[in-house]
Amino acid sequence: MYQFNYVKAKSLKEAGRLLASHGEAKLVAGGMTLIPTLKMRLARPSHLVDITQLAELQGIKLKAGRLEVGAATRHHQVAASAVVRKAIPALAQLASVIGDPQVRNRGTLGGSVANNDPAADYPAAVLGLGATIVTTQREIAADDFFQGMFATALKDGEIIVRVVFPVAKRAAYAKFAHPASGYAMTAVFVAQTGDGVRVAVTGAGPGVFRWKKAEAALAKSPKAAALDGVALDSSGFNSDIHADAAYRANLVRVMAKRAVAKLGRK
Amino acid sequence: MAKVTLTVNGVKHTRKVEDRALLVNVLREDLGLTGTHIGCDTSQCGCCTVTLDGRAVKSCSVLAVQANGSKVTTIEGLAKNGKLHPVQRAFAECHGLQCGFCTPGMIMATVGMLKDNPNPTEDEIIHGLEGNLCRCTGYINIIKAVKKSAKLMRGRAR
Ligand SMILES: Cc1cc2nc3c(=O)[nH]c(=O)nc-3n(C[C@H](O)[C@H](O)[C@H](O)COP(=O)(O)OP(=O)(O)OC[C@H]3O[C@@H](n4cnc5c(N)ncnc54)[C@H](O)[C@@H]3O)c2cc1C
Ligand code: FES
Ligand code: FES
Repeated sequence: MYQFNYVKAKSLKEAGRLLASHGEAKLVAGGMTLIPTLKMRLARPSHLVDITQLAELQGIKLKAGRLEVGAATRHHQVAASAVVRKAIPALAQLASVIGDPQVRNRGTLGGSVANNDPAADYPAAVLGLGATIVTTQREIAADDFFQGMFATALKDGEIIVRVVFPVAKRAAYAKFAHPASGYAMTAVFVAQTGDGVRVAVTGAGPGVFRWKKAEAALAKSPKAAALDGVALDSSGFNSDIHADAAYRANLVRVMAKRAVAKLGRK
Repeated sequence: MAKVTLTVNGVKHTRKVEDRALLVNVLREDLGLTGTHIGCDTSQCGCCTVTLDGRAVKSCSVLAVQANGSKVTTIEGLAKNGKLHPVQRAFAECHGLQCGFCTPGMIMATVGMLKDNPNPTEDEIIHGLEGNLCRCTGYINIIKAVKKSAKLMRGRAR
């Protein structure tokens, strides 16, 4: 690891100021992505600004049909939260299958969403539920937030404060985890919301995306069988030693069907 | 450099460490607690597991400065008055180890798991140890040991 200066921010304002005055400063939350990256010398920040303890970034609240989760909320807190389990059980279930217990005890919602790993779990729920990402500067709709592999709409110095999830009528998540890393080889989040069905896919392509043809098919018939034969463009899908694009394309359909089947059981 | 105060196994220690120092290195090198092992560079093996304020974490992926002010328990802190902790006893009695390299991490992960879930099913045990790799045992006796640990801790054994 290269040298850096660690600063525990005392307020969001101070964190913002530090990021603005040090061009090479980086936020650290749970550190479950950043610290392994630093250990491999893949990044060289001048400062690490720790935001996990900030009051503005904590808390899980249900307000007028919307579930607000603070950016510094750890995965295990979401998984165990009675409020989340009641409002959006699929979100609690998703949090409970991220990585492993030690990772869930450290990793945060904000860090996962900001990082936008193409195989991460949370982006599927954020996009699938049509959530809103609230930052220190603005509110960003999930549809505009995720911009492909590790890319998001976040500007330099912008900090995620919380994510606001509309409570869906029904939602479900089906994940095919990589047996060693735990990340999604492919996973699908399906939600029945006020405005119809949303289907978000992670792990298959260079970033999380909506399978809109499946959404249209499920709007007509909310059954797993409705997904047979629905077209899926796999041209940009990931191909690696674990699975080629065609295999992942098949997984997308299988996981989507499993998620839809789970919807029915809820 | 940063001044870090940690309460490790009930004893308060204050040390000056580099900002980039990992918790595992401070435990092993500054405090001499070499029971916490380092088995990988990729945050995957779990050999370095300790509890931080009661929750299992990989100490190779936490900066010592992040743990400032916290309570840490390592494998050395489990036995009390020369008596093994029930999880240690169960791992010994069930042969939940061969070379023993992964064992401190397995035991600390088990301690963390049983705190949340004192009576895990076999499936919950397997998922609860997803963050720990063992190159020797094939896991069968580790699962047995966790079951026995749960029993001992619920005071039902013998
Ligand atoms: C062994 C292992 C297995 C894993 N398996 C999975 C898995 O199965 N599924 C999965 O989804 N993830 C997995 N992860 C990743 C894990 O979920 C991380 O917790 C997550 O990706 C990052 O969250 P963090 O809080 O640790 O962020 P950090 O590592 O602290 O930060 C990540 C990035 O986000 C930025 N950031 C952090 N917080 C904010 C904020 N509030 N606003 C703006 N930017 C911010 C940081 O600057 C950094 O660039 C795994 C990690 C490990 C080590
Ligand atoms: S040393 Fe392997 S996970 Fe920490
Ligand atoms: S006993 Fe040897 S690695 Fe687990």
